[in-house]
Amino acid sequence: MPTHPMPEFGSFALLLALVLSTYTLVMGAVALWRSRSQSGIVAGGSGAGRLGETARRAGIASFIALSCAAFALVWAAFTNDYSVSYILHHTNRDLNTAYKFSALWSGQEGSLLLWAWLLSGYGFVLRIRHKIDVRLSAFASTILAGIQVFFLLLLNFAAPPFAIQPGPVSPDGFGLNPLLQYPEMVIHPPMLYLGYVGFSVPFAFALGALMMRYPGEKWIHITRRWTMVTWLFLTCGIFLGAHWAYSVLGWGGYWGWDPVENASLMPWLTGTAFLHSVMMQEKRGMMKAWNVWLIFSTFLLTILGTLLTRSGLVSSVHAFAQSSIGNWFYGFILVVFAVCLFTFFKQKDHLKSENRLESLVSRESSFLFNNLILLTACFTVLWGTLFPVLSEYVQGSKVTVGAPFYNRVNLPIGIFLLFLTGIGPLLAWRSTSLRSIRRNFVLPCIAMAVTFAVVIACGVRPWSAGDDARSETFSLITFTLASGVITAIAAEFLRGAGVVSTQTGKNLLASVILLTRRNTRRYGGYIVHFGIVVMFIGIAGGAFNQSHEQEMGFGDSLTIGNYKLVCQSFTQDTNPNYDTEYALLDVYKGSKKVTQLAPERRFYNASQTTSTMVALRSTLAEDLYVIYEGKNPETDKPIIKVFINPLMNWIWIGVLIVVLGTFLALVPNLTRVPAEARVAVPLPVQEAEVHHV
Amino acid sequence: MFSRLTVRRWLQSATVCLLLLVMLGAADSSSRFGRLGHEMVCVCGCGQILLECNHVGCPDSDRMIGELRQQLASGSSDTATLNWFAAKYGPTVLAAPIRGGFDNVAWITPLAVFLLATAGTGVLITIWRKRTNRQMIAAGMPMAPPPMDDDLRARIRKETEY
Repeated sequence: MPTHPMPEFGSFALLLALVLSTYTLVMGAVALWRSRSQSGIVAGGSGAGRLGETARRAGIASFIALSCAAFALVWAAFTNDYSVSYILHHTNRDLNTAYKFSALWSGQEGSLLLWAWLLSGYGFVLRIRHKIDVRLSAFASTILAGIQVFFLLLLNFAAPPFAIQPGPVSPDGFGLNPLLQYPEMVIHPPMLYLGYVGFSVPFAFALGALMMRYPGEKWIHITRRWTMVTWLFLTCGIFLGAHWAYSVLGWGGYWGWDPVENASLMPWLTGTAFLHSVMMQEKRGMMKAWNVWLIFSTFLLTILGTLLTRSGLVSSVHAFAQSSIGNWFYGFILVVFAVCLFTFFKQKDHLKSENRLESLVSRESSFLFNNLILLTACFTVLWGTLFPVLSEYVQGSKVTVGAPFYNRVNLPIGIFLLFLTGIGPLLAWRSTSLRSIRRNFVLPCIAMAVTFAVVIACGVRPWSAGDDARSETFSLITFTLASGVITAIAAEFLRGAGVVSTQTGKNLLASVILLTRRNTRRYGGYIVHFGIVVMFIGIAGGAFNQSHEQEMGFGDSLTIGNYKLVCQSFTQDTNPNYDTEYALLDVYKGSKKVTQLAPERRFYNASQTTSTMVALRSTLAEDLYVIYEGKNPETDKPIIKVFINPLMNWIWIGVLIVVLGTFLALVPNLTRVPAEARVAVPLPVQEAEVHHV
Repeated sequence: MFSRLTVRRWLQSATVCLLLLVMLGAADSSSRFGRLGHEMVCVCGCGQILLECNHVGCPDSDRMIGELRQQLASGSSDTATLNWFAAKYGPTVLAAPIRGGFDNVAWITPLAVFLLATAGTGVLITIWRKRTNRQMIAAGMPMAPPPMDDDLRARIRKETEY
């Protein structure tokens, strides 16, 4: 029996949310059907209008109901209500308060509840802001309600978070997975889910716009911020996960190409492709059908990712929420795909392009190739993730598709993408003249030549690297290309700032700031590109990783690279949540002591599991990454493993720059020069448009 | 200014240098252990690369690493070593599908898809351009966009800067 009425309250709230969402879906659809001959749904007007308004309000109420359900689950966690099975299996009394909160998404039922709650939250914002375009919002709201009904059916009938544990109430819970007891895990899953779930909104708008044969491209303007914010959340989520893996899992890396990691990367890749190609629709009325399928695919991939995590279809080290609900997802994916396909073929004539590609050397073709590369990368990841299943079907035996496969296949793709990152923004819409190419590419080419020579001079010699030749070669190419791209971006800023400086008389820095504020989207985009390049540099640093493992008793030393580690002591400690073993290591660089590190290993009492706490000394040049691997039972000495990971911080800094750039691109422009103040040019603008990304 | 011939020579030289960089690289037997250890996964279920498995008391990784050292000490080739492990632990011990036969499909497919997509894009662009040209001719417009001199381009850029 539950110790208080919260679980019943939560269950009732979920049921109410299902009823409200179903009402929004059914009545919203009826209202749209009735008003199909009218220009729009007018609130409070016709019968269809009134019905549509009630559907909208029911959608808003479903968010309140789901908020109550989420609150009830968190409340149960904080009050140690172990009559609730989910709380019993994912928390314990001595669990830190913040981690009790994160119990909401640490298991299957909770994470599905989080998904549904965030979806209703997005729906709430959409329905509140429906006056942007009442009819299109009504379509999008109805589609979102359809998605919400699916998740609420799951929560009410397949994976109820408030299921009561049979038998007497346990005095304590089994505890939270120790790997999740880390500060980043309080924000990584919500971020990732905000990204995952967020793609439902542009999907709903795209499908709605197609269903109603929405005139023009206004729906893209409406969804641009939604898409960018969603993409930003997903980016943050992915890299918080990567940082968590690096800091907690203790294998020295940050990305293991695990199916669950891949599941988060695939929608990111298609979402990135959509963000780029949608510009072609905005500027030139091209690729409408392509864009619609990109956003459909992105949404379907988010659902597929959830399916991969939960169905047991592929084995994953952190498919922590496997169950039998995979069939529900198969069904849902099929239904969504069928609806998308039917709508697309029914309204195909509405998606005719207004313009065609005129030149292979143009901004349009660079977007086309950008999409090609991103989708190839996405397909490669999907292929690698599902190949074990295919292999089992064909050969009767599973195979492992791990990091060696992905690294080998995706490295050239990444290099090509980096190349396009630099070249794309420098090309004009429609066609680019040879003179313009020369003017824009001379500086980057010089920078690349200089960087190439410097990197070679610094000792990067792929031809003498033996087995590391491939990775060193790719690193050399990455450093070289990165310098070219950064130079190109800097040149664009300086060129624009020069014009502003001439017009306003401001100094260069002030001109750069003013220029950026006046065209946030374009220059924010450049900053995002710069961040991506910085990340690439960090990733390329991985070619020069070093590692060493050694037993270290009191006074023993270990040398790796320029570092010498000396063991000062090793000891044990205990607290109610876990027992710990750790070593104290003095770190010397040359003869100078630079820091003291304390790698540790924890044993969690409630869950009877062990986890690593990595000790890290991080600089811009390299990370010294130290792991306490355990004790040798024969000698009773700790085994210490040390990595030197060059340029690792560049990855995290790159992510911060990407976040900054995205924020900037979301900010409205400062002012616009009135059209009448400009000199009219009675010719079609081609090259000029290069600057309006 | 560079003459066209000089530029071409530079480009040719750069291409040759790049190809040399990519193609060169002699195998170093001392790092075989590290390389092969990274081409296998630990069979304890952690899903980690053999030499990166860091579980305390892992029941498998120490033994497997010992077996790898033995295989290398016995003079076994890379392929024979990997086959030995695949025979003992099953094909899932290999971190990537490298046994030939159907495993090759894993490697060929992404490349094939990329090439087909590129070719398809090329065909699409060609069709688009031809169609655009036909439409322009039908409308009595010049096929190519009217040329612009650089001064005019610069002026437009300044006037549409923000």
